[in-house]
Amino acid sequence: MDKFTRKTGLTVLLTLFWASHSLASSGGGAHLETADIDPDNIASLQRGARNFMNYCSGCHSAQYVRYNTIGKYLELSEEQLIDNLMFNAEKTFETIQTAMPAADAARWYGTTPPDMSLMARAKGADYVYNFLKGFYVSEESPTGVDNLMLEGTSMPHVLWELQGYQQAHFEHNENEDGSVTTTFEGFEQMTAGAMDAEAYDDFVRDTVNFLAYIAEPIRSDRRKLGVWVLMYLIFFFILASMLKKQIWKDVK
Amino acid sequence: MTEDDLDRNRRHFLTVATLVTGAAGVGAVAIPFLSSLNPSARAQALGAPVEVPLGSIQPGEMIRVLWRGRLVFVLRRDEKMLASLPDVVDELRDPDSDVVEQQPDYAANETRSVKPEYLVVEGSCTHLGCAPLEDFDVRPAEGWGGGFFCPCHGSKFDLAGRVFKGVPAPTNLRVPPHRFVRDDLILIGQDTGAA
Amino acid sequence: MARIEAEVGKPQGGLMKWIDDRFPFTKTMEYHVTKYYASKNFNWWYIFGVLAFVVLAIQLLTGIFLTMNYKPSAADAFASVEYIMRDVEWGWLIRYMHSTGASFFFIVVYLHMFRAMLYGSYKKPRELIWLIGMLIFLVLMAEAFAGYLLPWGQMSYWGAQVIISLFGAIPWVGDALVEIIRGDYSISDITLNRFFALHVILLPLALIGLVFVHIVALHEVGSNNPDGIEIKKHKDETGKPIDGVAFHPYHTSKDLVGIIVFLMIFSSVVFFAPDMGGYFLEHANFEPANLTATPEHIAPVWYFTPFYAILRAVPDKLWGFILFGLSVLLPIFLPWLDRSRVKSIRYRGWIYKSALTVFTITFVTLGWLGTMPAEGLYVLMARIFSVIYFAFFLLMPYYTAIDKTKPVPDRVVYHG
Repeated sequence: MDKFTRKTGLTVLLTLFWASHSLASSGGGAHLETADIDPDNIASLQRGARNFMNYCSGCHSAQYVRYNTIGKYLELSEEQLIDNLMFNAEKTFETIQTAMPAADAARWYGTTPPDMSLMARAKGADYVYNFLKGFYVSEESPTGVDNLMLEGTSMPHVLWELQGYQQAHFEHNENEDGSVTTTFEGFEQMTAGAMDAEAYDDFVRDTVNFLAYIAEPIRSDRRKLGVWVLMYLIFFFILASMLKKQIWKDVK
Repeated sequence: MTEDDLDRNRRHFLTVATLVTGAAGVGAVAIPFLSSLNPSARAQALGAPVEVPLGSIQPGEMIRVLWRGRLVFVLRRDEKMLASLPDVVDELRDPDSDVVEQQPDYAANETRSVKPEYLVVEGSCTHLGCAPLEDFDVRPAEGWGGGFFCPCHGSKFDLAGRVFKGVPAPTNLRVPPHRFVRDDLILIGQDTGAA
Repeated sequence: MARIEAEVGKPQGGLMKWIDDRFPFTKTMEYHVTKYYASKNFNWWYIFGVLAFVVLAIQLLTGIFLTMNYKPSAADAFASVEYIMRDVEWGWLIRYMHSTGASFFFIVVYLHMFRAMLYGSYKKPRELIWLIGMLIFLVLMAEAFAGYLLPWGQMSYWGAQVIISLFGAIPWVGDALVEIIRGDYSISDITLNRFFALHVILLPLALIGLVFVHIVALHEVGSNNPDGIEIKKHKDETGKPIDGVAFHPYHTSKDLVGIIVFLMIFSSVVFFAPDMGGYFLEHANFEPANLTATPEHIAPVWYFTPFYAILRAVPDKLWGFILFGLSVLLPIFLPWLDRSRVKSIRYRGWIYKSALTVFTITFVTLGWLGTMPAEGLYVLMARIFSVIYFAFFLLMPYYTAIDKTKPVPDRVVYHG
């Protein structure tokens, strides 16, 4: 590689590095706790599936997800699948629909509860994790709660029995131009739930793990296949390089 | 061997090895694309077995259902219809259901059914696929004991879906896989004896 | 082509002779492949042309199979993409190859164009190749833009909304033009259907035709090389350029290696990072288009961001649009803006080398700025770098003329 190309390449790389660093630090928005999910942990995914069907599917559909897909990946027998996860569906090839009619939901909550098939991919696993942990008591809200991740959410705190209720503390600072900057300081537990903080975190983590899985069920398989593809290409590369060198041998 | 010969041999070997490896890769890549042409999970879901309750079908009555987008007739034969089946045997092209593709083995009998009372056949004429019409009136003068008549080219089938001689259709009406879940409920799309 | 006719005409076996008597098969193979001579000193900057061809093939193949399952209606489009991802056998792989291919198309094309800037491949007698190439680039941008609407996600819808409204900035005809493009009073099912027709039929046909013409034009004058020397100036007794080697088997075997390396990088993305952190598959596009709620940050896909940054840098709607258009079109004029008598950067002076370096940094930085919200320091930076971008082209006739060049060798530099 000639000197100029090397210099250009280095400059471009450094620029990209500097740019991406700035990108990371200028994220904006509240600091997100990491969900720390383990996509290969089948037991966690099974618990998450149970959590989702029991607490979420009453209002939220996962309309692109088929029960039999979950059953196969989570290593459940057809019986276990039907008994534990299928409440308003009969056939395992059906998709996860909610029993709540959309029109009614829109009337009761002001908006139809969004479908969960792709939520973890659209917003990120960390967002969903913080969302489920981020409900706090709010007197102005018709549901009695607000959410740190989504201000003004019309979703009630469905997991209140498990987490209990918490209060959110904010610091309000007035700026020079008269506007007020509100910073979140922390949560304070008001009433206890059935689970302690760690247990609740695990509960939410399992649920988010499951949501991340249904957002892209093929993830695990695609990574496994990728290893084989790269191995093949490395082998092919070696052969092709040797052939190229042999053919170019007589070029002076 | 001269150095030139060694070079030539090496070059030939490497060329073949590279081409073979490349061909294997191309073959491997073809698999996902060709497989994507198979019926998808949705097609399989939509093509799942169909339940047909029998309770409301009167003797001598026939209902039409759809399975995998195809028309299926469920005919509840009465005593007279069943009794008439042996009478037409000489006029039929394949009275003993010798053509095995047209029915599962549990329907390769005189009544072409699991239970004599209920005939389950695809409503698709074996000539070119038109939907045959039901014609259960007995007209002795015409020698017609009841069965199906295809309006497209005049093929005729008896009350067990068996094709008559002298019509364009070559084989008996197909019997789809089906089984009795209960006496009053059949599942079309799953074989008798299957799980 | 008289010389070639004399060399062809070796009696071939039965079938080949039958074909050759009726179709210029062997002639074409020799002219374009086995007796097409290109310089022996190509470096890896020269791989991007064939890589662009490979990506085009990938997009066409995967595109055909996607079209078998995709539904171009506002009601069904988003769901049909999930159908492909989940229900169609191997649909997920075909989809990821297509989305990754779209981004790699631009990576490869930008590097391909950069090669031309390094080695003066747009200079006489190759101006027409460059013009056709720029036309390919424009068609490619349209193809990518139309394709991006098809998943009908939040970013698809709102990104299209923003870019199409841009055309409204054109005086007098703007509003009518926008309505004609949309086919409706706002972006709708009708728009989606026609963008589908553009993306699947019109623009791919145009691309294939233009690529064909691009290669024909190239083969007419012969390839350039890293030294910017015309290898046809020195031929041996048989008429072959002494610094050239036959395309087959020399460049085919070398290109194969390059293609495999490309496939390794491409596969790594497809199998391990198809989202590419939200740059190849944007997060907002995993939500179906919601006509009542605009996402927080609307940005076009990464490959449009340099030009988008320039658009936003200008505080006036019409002038922003004009400068945006100019920034895309200005490279067309490179063959005439570049006054240097020397083709390759190897023999140019420090002025051009610095200018190209600065331009590269500028282009990348503008790209990054295009992904950022138009606030605070970013606005100032975008303006500064936009000026630099235009200066690179508009001042080029001056600085390339005064740049002190080095003597160009007679024969190519090849180190074996």
